[in-house]
Amino acid sequence: MNILKKTIFSILVSLLIIGNVYASDKIRIGTEGAYPPWNSKDASGKLIGFEVELAWSLCRYMERQCEIVEQDWDGMIPALIMRRFDAIMAGMSITDERKKAISFSQGYADEVASLAVMKGSDLEGIDTPEGINLTLGGSDVKKALKTITGALAGKTVCTQTATIHQNFLESGDVGKINLRTYKTQDEVNLDLASGRCDVALAAAVAFTDYAEKSGKSVVLVGPTFSGGAFGNGVGVGIRQDDTELLDAFNKAINKARKNGDISRIATKWFGFDASM
Amino acid sequence: MDFELMFASFPKLLNASIITLKLLSVSLIIGLFIGFLFAILRLNKNIFINKFAYGYSYVFRGTPLLVQIFIIYFGLGQIEYLRSTFLWVILKEPYWCAIIAFSLNTGAYTSEILRSAFQTIKPSLIEAGKSLGISNKIIFYKIQIPIAIRQSLPAYGNEIILMMKGTSLASTVTLMDLTGVAKYIISTTFKPIEVFIVAGGIYLFMTFLIHNLIKFLEKKYSFN
Repeated sequence: MNILKKTIFSILVSLLIIGNVYASDKIRIGTEGAYPPWNSKDASGKLIGFEVELAWSLCRYMERQCEIVEQDWDGMIPALIMRRFDAIMAGMSITDERKKAISFSQGYADEVASLAVMKGSDLEGIDTPEGINLTLGGSDVKKALKTITGALAGKTVCTQTATIHQNFLESGDVGKINLRTYKTQDEVNLDLASGRCDVALAAAVAFTDYAEKSGKSVVLVGPTFSGGAFGNGVGVGIRQDDTELLDAFNKAINKARKNGDISRIATKWFGFDASM
Repeated sequence: MDFELMFASFPKLLNASIITLKLLSVSLIIGLFIGFLFAILRLNKNIFINKFAYGYSYVFRGTPLLVQIFIIYFGLGQIEYLRSTFLWVILKEPYWCAIIAFSLNTGAYTSEILRSAFQTIKPSLIEAGKSLGISNKIIFYKIQIPIAIRQSLPAYGNEIILMMKGTSLASTVTLMDLTGVAKYIISTTFKPIEVFIVAGGIYLFMTFLIHNLIKFLEKKYSFN
């Protein structure tokens, strides 16, 4: 009986401690740390990247203490809902599907997606416009999607799981393809380089960053994609009942944009101004 | 609790458990061959053969299964030379990479289980066979192997259950097994608890079946 009492006591104590940690007034911001240049880790394991730096800047504008928490991409939204952290800044595009589960702040950066292949692939020559916006639609977009559908037929297409890129590839816009999904973008890059994937889809900067750092001859093909399944820019994900925090983030983003902080940080990490 | 989602995801998860069972059965069969071979090598008096077999089981029992899968899938994929050989036909496919990793892993454990089973056989039984003039070969096939199999059943049952749960790692190399499909459903519904409860229930049911199968075999081949 004594042991039982002790066990119950220790469980209660640990719950109390956990409860206290969760009640702290720091804003905890979740990020993946594996999607350079948006967010990643340096050699010592420290979180770096556009969103990490932007998060600190926004926290200064909100005049709140912040803490950046690492979370695997595929559990990002569930972790937010279960209060492991209070906000997501992880290159997460604002989409209608995600809005059913969480709220988004206004967008702070624009992400365009692109297909990528290894140099020498027969997809290299496909003839499409430079960029297509799926929301705008039109005959150009239809024609481009048809060209891509033909080019992807019978190919193994790889992408990260639970992304807008996966949604697009499953939407039927490019027909039925042999789709493979990976836990991280790093793994997509590795299998693209090894030849297991014929073609991959992700943020264009994710491929150019990989090509630059690894020295592998990854090349972008086809148009850049935006709109439709690709959402409307990247924003801060926040729990639906947390309207106060949503408001604070929106105001901070406004200030950071006005002072040129977002474009300065974006230019530093992307090499071009991806702010919005 | 979203019970509707639980009901809706059940058939999808059940369908995915076919891949889990396929991965399990294929790697268990290959692993059993490897296990037998290495158990016999371990009993060999030649020190080099003995150490080689010991080294294999030491490495594969001493490293996490996840690391083994990653080395075979992502690691070997990085070796450019390998990609120009016929081996790449197999290593290109995540399915076969998973099978290779699972087989080598369970093979290492199985070899240890069988080795210790061989070693627990009482010398008097072998001596009894010899005194009746039975050849060494027949003693091995008709006395040592059946006793070793019976001795190793409880431990091997555990190994099957461990391996069944280990197959969930196949989802890390893009395979859509039970865990892979569960993660996929979560990625669109954002409700991990409901989906993982259903997936966990299916795993538990498979464990239940394996457990009872082993119990049945133990009873059937008991010495009494």
